[in-house]
Amino acid sequence: MSSWLDYTINGLIVGNLYALVAVGLALIFGVSRLINFAQGSIYLVGAYVGWVAVVQLRTPLPVTIVLVAAFAGMVGLIVERFGLRPLQDSARIAPLLATIGISFVLDQIVMLIFSPNPRALPSQLPDVRFQVGGGTIGPLDLLIAAVGVTSALLLFLFLRYNKLGWAVRATAQDRDAAMQMGVDVNRVNQAVFGIAAALGGVSGLLVGMYYNQIDTAMSLQATLKGVVAEVIGGAGNVPGAVAGGLLLGLVESYGVALFGTSYRNLFAFLLLISVLVLRPNGLFASARQAPPEPLTGTFIAPSRPVRLPLWALLTALGIFTLLPLFPVSAYVLQTLINAWLFGMLALSLTLVAGTVGQVSLGHAALLAIGAYTSALLSLSLSFPVGIAIICGGLMSAALGTLLISPSFRLRGHYVSIATLAIGEIVSLVILNWESVTHGPIGISGIPPLSLFGYELVGAASVYWFTFAIVVLLALLQVRLLGSHIGRSLRAIRDDDVAARAYGLSLNRYKALAFIFGGFAAGISGGIAAHLYSYINHETFNTQQSILALTIVILGGLGNVAGAIVGSVALVGLPEIFRIAAEYRILIYGIVLLLLVRFRPQGLLGTI
Amino acid sequence: MAGTIEPGANASAAACPLLTLRGLTRRFGGLTAVDAIDLDLGEGELVSIIGPNGAGKTTLFNLVTGLDRPDAGEVRLGGHTITGLSPETLAGKGIARTFQLGRVFGNLSVMDNVLIGAHTRLRAVKPGIPLVGPLLELGLALLRPRSVKAEEDRLREEAKGILARFGDRLLPRIDQPAYTLSYANRRRVEIARALALEPRLLLLDEPTAGMNPNETTEMQALIAKLKAEGLTILLIEHKLDIVLRLSDRVVVMDDGRKIAEGTGGEVRNDPKVIEAYLGHGLSRAASNEPEPAA
Repeated sequence: MSSWLDYTINGLIVGNLYALVAVGLALIFGVSRLINFAQGSIYLVGAYVGWVAVVQLRTPLPVTIVLVAAFAGMVGLIVERFGLRPLQDSARIAPLLATIGISFVLDQIVMLIFSPNPRALPSQLPDVRFQVGGGTIGPLDLLIAAVGVTSALLLFLFLRYNKLGWAVRATAQDRDAAMQMGVDVNRVNQAVFGIAAALGGVSGLLVGMYYNQIDTAMSLQATLKGVVAEVIGGAGNVPGAVAGGLLLGLVESYGVALFGTSYRNLFAFLLLISVLVLRPNGLFASARQAPPEPLTGTFIAPSRPVRLPLWALLTALGIFTLLPLFPVSAYVLQTLINAWLFGMLALSLTLVAGTVGQVSLGHAALLAIGAYTSALLSLSLSFPVGIAIICGGLMSAALGTLLISPSFRLRGHYVSIATLAIGEIVSLVILNWESVTHGPIGISGIPPLSLFGYELVGAASVYWFTFAIVVLLALLQVRLLGSHIGRSLRAIRDDDVAARAYGLSLNRYKALAFIFGGFAAGISGGIAAHLYSYINHETFNTQQSILALTIVILGGLGNVAGAIVGSVALVGLPEIFRIAAEYRILIYGIVLLLLVRFRPQGLLGTI
Repeated sequence: MAGTIEPGANASAAACPLLTLRGLTRRFGGLTAVDAIDLDLGEGELVSIIGPNGAGKTTLFNLVTGLDRPDAGEVRLGGHTITGLSPETLAGKGIARTFQLGRVFGNLSVMDNVLIGAHTRLRAVKPGIPLVGPLLELGLALLRPRSVKAEEDRLREEAKGILARFGDRLLPRIDQPAYTLSYANRRRVEIARALALEPRLLLLDEPTAGMNPNETTEMQALIAKLKAEGLTILLIEHKLDIVLRLSDRVVVMDDGRKIAEGTGGEVRNDPKVIEAYLGHGLSRAASNEPEPAA
């Protein structure tokens, strides 16, 4: 058992690494009011460039660091130039979605080049420990501390004494005024993205050395930790981000000391949610500040939905209903069953992200809640499968809404962070709550789909079952959108300040959207559990959340028909063209980026 | 009964005004945006607030409508304290406002924008039961029993009636999304939305900003009509000729403070008012010449 001093040192060192990521996020947020979800991917790139340098090129440590910083910085410049600069005049949702897309593209490229298997990244420093008081400290600890302090100092000098640094600070304070004074905002953005990426890359390298291992799952964790640190410090506050990083490191380290390693992330995300709820402007902001975002301008781009004629809808309904009667292969039916399951998830997300404007990145958690509820009820309490699935939907609606409710007071990017964190919390709870969920072993032997005591045998019957449910949920959702609730949700999305001034309670209507959407997602998860017969904490993951988001953007935000068309397109087409699984996520990411850039309203338009 | 106001009614209204502000103060850091404002607004009165840009007029509106909370002071509506209540609660108490920059719901049709204005008047579909109320609301919205349908139809008819007050400006565009409307039409939609709330108190923040002289005259006629119907109105307006024609009283603000109050004529010749405007370089506002529309 190590001493508390060891945990403190460990916390500070890890905190230092978080701070490096968070400072970059804070700089970017400062000048462009954007939370860069691709920051973790650049950190991943840094770690792998470091691996190439250390293991294959055998560069000495200083060269490794410079190489990583330069390469990562370059990636940052490319991201800014080609990913974000074209979106400057778009609706605020566009850059948010773009950084999400970029992060997936970068992660997948790294994964395709280096394979997803973990690799050892050896530290290039001698492995000795010095006794300090009751604990020990190694040369790598000292290096990390030195890199942290040096970069903070360099950044301070840059912002304080360099002309471009002044421009960065001026832009952060008032973008319009800075532009009128002749500041080249594009250059400022470039500088900031370059610096942020270089810091992020070096952080990735050092983390790899610290744990002596790198893998592609690091990216999402790094984004989350960096964002947590940044939000604790107050979005856009550079010294706050350093303090936030150190605080996060300490909290995690002490949490691990008290409860064990598997609770590390749980502490980080609970800290995030409490800060977002109690002090959304960060620990170091004065109590009452003007809202962090401008009060005008809508979050999504205005557009008019494409009206599908009734005959076209009925024809499509007829064709898809009769499809199993034609000589189609079971493979096609399997693919479409999958599309209908994603269709239910997309219906849920298009309501939440599109109709009421809460871009959820943790939507797969709703699937997981529905799946585990339905699986456990049918296994342990012998509920009939049909009833168990409905209970899964209800549980998802209730628990999902309860979990997400702390984020109801948040706006824009913060909602995405909070939902991402809540999604992670759900999967961590599933992993750690072994007495109920069987932890990492998962649940096997889930009874197959059955209806009124009759098992659904064969692809055709499962196909009809899932198709009927997705159509039913879609019709219900159309009815909801046509009611006063539909118009209230859209009003809240377009302008929540004006909506409140006309008596709309944000909590009430966001909750109703999540209840309705949670039910659809829970049903989808429940059906999936009985189809797969085995689920574990990784069955429903962030990739599904991102796929669902891409489907929703492709179909058109809030567009019910679009959600289903998008599901068939994004789930079905890769199957038909037999695209290998490892390229699919890459394609989803690229599709998302292209849509945001060239057709932000999607195929069928925003409703 | 409308139109049977007794001679004594004005006196009793003065005894218990509809809106009362006492010592209302709001500070932003070192700046006091609203500084100890006192104001009484009687039932059926139209009071205008004028003052140079940055005088604190809109902040005052935000304090009255709950979008911002005062650091000190009190707001009373019909004798009851409403200080610091949420905007949605205040909307339920009959306060409606328009916004300086025109905040319509861009992706909603003109009709839906007006129907949102009537949100606080929904009864059949919004049972006021705690906890299960929202779930019942969801169920009723999906099932749509006859009472809910009737209510929705009635509100739609009313919304059409409200839109008809703007002549043929809005009615032909009733199903268009609001983002496609001209600037002036968006201001009209905002006012239509506010009227759909059937307000006890209407706050108009520069309703004629960005309108040409023709449109301005039209808007002035509408406001005069609303006043004649007995609506209590608090108006922020830069165009002085409108203010002088419509207002029962005028309040002048500068640097967050109330520097003058009285009838249009009294205020216009007040040396403090002239100084406030001249001091800010807006000499034209103090002369008889109306400001040209932007």
